[in-house]
Amino acid sequence: MTAEPEFRPLGVDGVLVRFSRVLTEAANIRAVSFRDQFAGANVPGVTEVASSLASVRVGFDPVRTDRKAVTQAIMSFLADHETPVSSPRRLWRIPVCFDGDHAPQLAEAARLAGVTVDQAIAEITAQTTRVIAIGFAPGQPYLGMLPDHWDIPRQSTLTETLPRGALIAAVRQLIIWAADAPTGWRHIGQTAFRVYRPETAEPFAFRPGDAVQFHAISATDYAALSTNTDPDGGAVCEVLR
Amino acid sequence: MPILHIHSAGPGLTVQDLGRPGWKAQGLSSGGAADRLALFEAAALLDAPPDQAVIEMMGFGGTFSVTHPTRIALTGASMQADIDSTPIAPNMTHILQAGAKLKIGGALAGVYGYLAFAGGILSEQIMDSRATHLTAGIGARLQPGETLPLGPDPDPMRAAQKLAPDARFNGGTIRIMPGPQTDFFSATVLDRFAKTIFARSPRGNRQGVRLDYGGTGFPIEGGRTLVSELIVPGDIQMTGDGVPYVLLAECQTIGGYPRIGSVIPADLPKIAQAAPGTDLTFQFLSVDEADATAISDADLLIKLAQSCQPIIRDPHDIADLLSYQLISGATAGDDVERP
Repeated sequence: MTAEPEFRPLGVDGVLVRFSRVLTEAANIRAVSFRDQFAGANVPGVTEVASSLASVRVGFDPVRTDRKAVTQAIMSFLADHETPVSSPRRLWRIPVCFDGDHAPQLAEAARLAGVTVDQAIAEITAQTTRVIAIGFAPGQPYLGMLPDHWDIPRQSTLTETLPRGALIAAVRQLIIWAADAPTGWRHIGQTAFRVYRPETAEPFAFRPGDAVQFHAISATDYAALSTNTDPDGGAVCEVLR
Repeated sequence: MPILHIHSAGPGLTVQDLGRPGWKAQGLSSGGAADRLALFEAAALLDAPPDQAVIEMMGFGGTFSVTHPTRIALTGASMQADIDSTPIAPNMTHILQAGAKLKIGGALAGVYGYLAFAGGILSEQIMDSRATHLTAGIGARLQPGETLPLGPDPDPMRAAQKLAPDARFNGGTIRIMPGPQTDFFSATVLDRFAKTIFARSPRGNRQGVRLDYGGTGFPIEGGRTLVSELIVPGDIQMTGDGVPYVLLAECQTIGGYPRIGSVIPADLPKIAQAAPGTDLTFQFLSVDEADATAISDADLLIKLAQSCQPIIRDPHDIADLLSYQLISGATAGDDVERP
């Protein structure tokens, strides 16, 4: 039994479909699944379907359609597609270095999660996470959800800047950091992965709903990957469906 | 290919067009001109497509010259400008001859001025757009000494045009519509927001402008934390300390700060063009009223093109009469052989 979504205006050319007012895995799966399916439904006048954590914005061209017609189309689509598709389309396997200076706050994060450093690495690499949203910076993925004990708070003071590709953690989520910017999340590992490549034909590595699996590599292996020009930093993407 | 030389440049010069819509889900806001209307005004004046790239000038212009004659237009903020020391007016087309010096100074009214060329700026396209997006690391501020390729003027002899300036530099009443979180605010807070006179803060850029005011903040009921939701330009967000920001073209794509409403696209240029200290008040429209203000880019361009008026110039006022090709249609007779 799922709650009825809320429909709200978001701009003169957009409808926000909100599946939940709190972030749950179920609401996120509904949002990502709806975005994926509705974008492929080619509803006349719909220009953009974009998801965030628990809601989806459906953009439309006011010349070709209107809010009422788009809302109707969404409602009947949801009625016909009651079961969201939770299986990911793609699986990324991404190497990450958890050694020394590449993971300056891993010990602190592990302590807050109530596990040893080795357990922390084992848990983070054992679990397949999903891209629950992309944002804050272009292409930057929010990956979730880690087990409950990883509901660790953000730091009260911001880390001034983090290297691109940093793996950071907070509130049961991981982020692969896109660019130099301050953050309150803790730096627990380092990838050579570039989430955003504006100069290429595929500027954004991830799509909402992609599955991501990390595996640990040594500092030596990381050094080799980070000097390579490959924007994937040794990652492999497998198309699942 | 005609080349634009930038001899001097203010600190806020970037190449802009209508931006990159369609990447919200990937975390890239559309960007593009802070005052979109100014691009349509330039397109109408020059009889050019509205998605041609222009130079956006925040607060101050620069000195420019071109290698081939071209029609130009200055739209948006009213800026002091001259060609070889002869003042030129905004919202009109002018001929910039090869080698002549176009000087654009400080903004007299408004914030963002635009320099448009009949053939457009042909800098490299990234994701189908030439717009500089500073926060996304696409492009950079223009520097003195830089050059940019231009498209040739397709119709250099076209009669000069002018447009009555659209007054949007003095703030005033800004129409807003409800957004996804408007109903998280109490009726009392919404009412107080609509009655508050704000001033455009000196803190503002292409991402958004801060609003200054006296009195207490505008919190949502219960002070709960929100799940981040998608943002559109025009959204008015209340940051942690209760200070409102109106978000502009280069805003983030998702945000967890509560948003009280959204400035309708028709009034957003007034926010972008409000100089620091300008008074702004907000008037809530119903969703239906707001939707009725939506106008397509095509219709906007038609409307502006119809408002353009040819300028009848007295030949005595044209200092460089002999440089005009007065007998058009005469050719060397080898047109059909030309590649």
